[in-house]
Amino acid sequence: MSTVISVSGLHKSYGSNHAVAGIDLAIEQGEIFALLGPNGAGKTTTVEILEGFRDRDSGSVQVLGFDPATKGRAGQEWRDRIGIVLQSTHDAGDLTVLESVSHFAKYYESPKDPHEVINLVGLTDKSNALGRTLSGGQRRRLDVALGIIGNPELIFLDEPTTGFDPEARRAFWQLIRKLRDEGATILLTTHYLDEAEALADRVAVINRGKIVEVSTPALLGGRATSLATVSWRDGVELRKEKSANPTALVAQLSAQFGGEVPELNVKRASLEDIYLEMIGGAHE
Amino acid sequence: MSKPTSLSIGIQRGALEIKQFMRQRESVVFTMLFPLILLAIFGSVFSNSIAKGVTFSQYFVAGMIASGMVNTGFQQLAIMIPVERDFGTLKRLRGTPMPASSYFIGKAILVTLSMLIQVFLLLAAGVAFFGVNLPKTGEKWLLLAALLVVGSACSTILGIAFSNVPKSGRGASAVVSPVVIVLQFFSGVFFIFTDLPHWMQQVAAIFPLKWMTQGARSVFLPDSFATREVAGNWETGRTFAIIGAWLVVGLIWAVRSFKWERD
Repeated sequence: MSTVISVSGLHKSYGSNHAVAGIDLAIEQGEIFALLGPNGAGKTTTVEILEGFRDRDSGSVQVLGFDPATKGRAGQEWRDRIGIVLQSTHDAGDLTVLESVSHFAKYYESPKDPHEVINLVGLTDKSNALGRTLSGGQRRRLDVALGIIGNPELIFLDEPTTGFDPEARRAFWQLIRKLRDEGATILLTTHYLDEAEALADRVAVINRGKIVEVSTPALLGGRATSLATVSWRDGVELRKEKSANPTALVAQLSAQFGGEVPELNVKRASLEDIYLEMIGGAHE
Repeated sequence: MSKPTSLSIGIQRGALEIKQFMRQRESVVFTMLFPLILLAIFGSVFSNSIAKGVTFSQYFVAGMIASGMVNTGFQQLAIMIPVERDFGTLKRLRGTPMPASSYFIGKAILVTLSMLIQVFLLLAAGVAFFGVNLPKTGEKWLLLAALLVVGSACSTILGIAFSNVPKSGRGASAVVSPVVIVLQFFSGVFFIFTDLPHWMQQVAAIFPLKWMTQGARSVFLPDSFATREVAGNWETGRTFAIIGAWLVVGLIWAVRSFKWERD
C-alpha cells in the first residue's frame, strides 16, 4: 500500500484569516477518505490546494508523488491522473450528456469509454438529453461522469450528493464504492455524517484550520468505547443510566422486571453527537 | 491511444463552441442579424451620396465590417467568458489536463467562423439591397483578408483580456456593450468620421476600431476618397501598426489577468 496524498505543516491565510493552520494528512491508496468539518473550517481551502487550484503559504504537499503547485506541462501530466468533481456547476447546458462526456474523454491520454461511464453513473437513458434538461441529481451524476472519464487514480468529490433523494444517494454510494473497488483512491468532502459513515474507510474532522482527529467512523471520538445510555420506565418514572456495560445492565433489568423491560432503550452516541462535540457545536 | 496535443484539443473545442453557439438561437439572431437591421435602417435613411460615386451605404458597410470584428471577437468573448467563469466551466476545465491554449484556440475558431458569416451577410445584403460595390482588384481583396486576420485577432485577444473586467456573468453585457457602442459612434461607423468633433476623432484614434474602420474604407471606397480622410491618405501602414500594437497590449493584459474562477 502506498501513500497517495501526504501533507505536512500546511498553512494558508487570507489576510488575517488563518484558514489552514498547520494540517498533516496521509491518505493511502485505495481508501475512501472523508473530510468533515463545518463551513469555514478550512476544508475547501485544503482540498483546493491538493487539487492545484490554490497556492499554499507553507508546508509540503505531495499528491500522487507530485507537488500540485507546480506550473506548466508537468501539471498537465499530473492532471491526467486525477479526477475532480467540483461543487454544483451549471455549464454545458446546450450539449447532450454523450457530447459532453465524449468531449472530455479527448483531454486524457487513456480515458474510459464514454458509453461505459454514462452507464456507470446511470444516465444511459439520458445520453441524448441536453444538459439543461437534467434534474439536479442527474446533473450531479453528469459531473461525476466528467470527473471519472479520464480513468483517474485519485478522485476528489466535493459535496457529491447535495440535493439527492435518499434512493439516489444510495445508488450513488454504490457507484463510489465501485470506483474504489476498481482501485481508485477517493477524497470526499461532505456535510452529511451518514454519508461519511456509510462510505468512508477513514474520516478526518477539521475545525478552525486544524485536524481535530483522524479515525475510522466507528472509532471516531472514542465512540465505540463511550458510555451507552439505557433508559426504561419504572412505574410512573422514566429512568436513565449511563453505563459502560449496557448489556449487563439490561440483563439485570430484565431479571428485575421478570422478562420484558418497559420502554427499554439503549443508545450510543451517534457520529453526529461525537462530531458536534468535537467541533464545539451548538448542542448542550 | 496517442497523446492529445494543444492544437488537436483546441480544434475539438472549436467544434464544440460552434455547436453550442448554434444551439443558442437568441444569441445567433442577435449577433448575426442585428448588424443587418442596422444596415437596413441606415441604408434607407441616408440614401444620399457623400462623394462622387460613394453612397452612404458604401461608407456604412465598411464601418459595419469593422464593427463585425469587434462584435464577434471583443464583445462576444467579453460577455461569454464571465458567464463561463460564473457557471464553473472554466474551473472544471482547469481541473483537467486540457492545455490552457486549447481553450483559447477554441474561442478563436468560434470568433473566426462567426466573423466570416457576419462579413458575408453584410456584403450579401449590401450588394443585394443597397447597391454596395465589392472591391474590384485582387490587391483590395488581399488587403481585406489581412485586415480581417489582424483585426479579428486583436479583437479576440482584447475580448479575452477584458473578460476579467465585468464582476459577474450577469452584469457582463451591461459593462461591455456600452464600450462597444460608444466606440462605434466615436470611430466613424455611424457617421462620417471627418464630420465628428475634433476631440472625438482624437479619442477614437487611440482605440483600434477607428483604424479597423479606416482600413475597411480603404478596401471598399475608391482611392479618390482617400483625400477626404484625416491625413489625406489611407494610412495603411499606421493602421496595421496600431491594431498590431493593441494586439500585443491585449496579449500581455490577457496573460497577466486571466482568471479561471470567480474571486
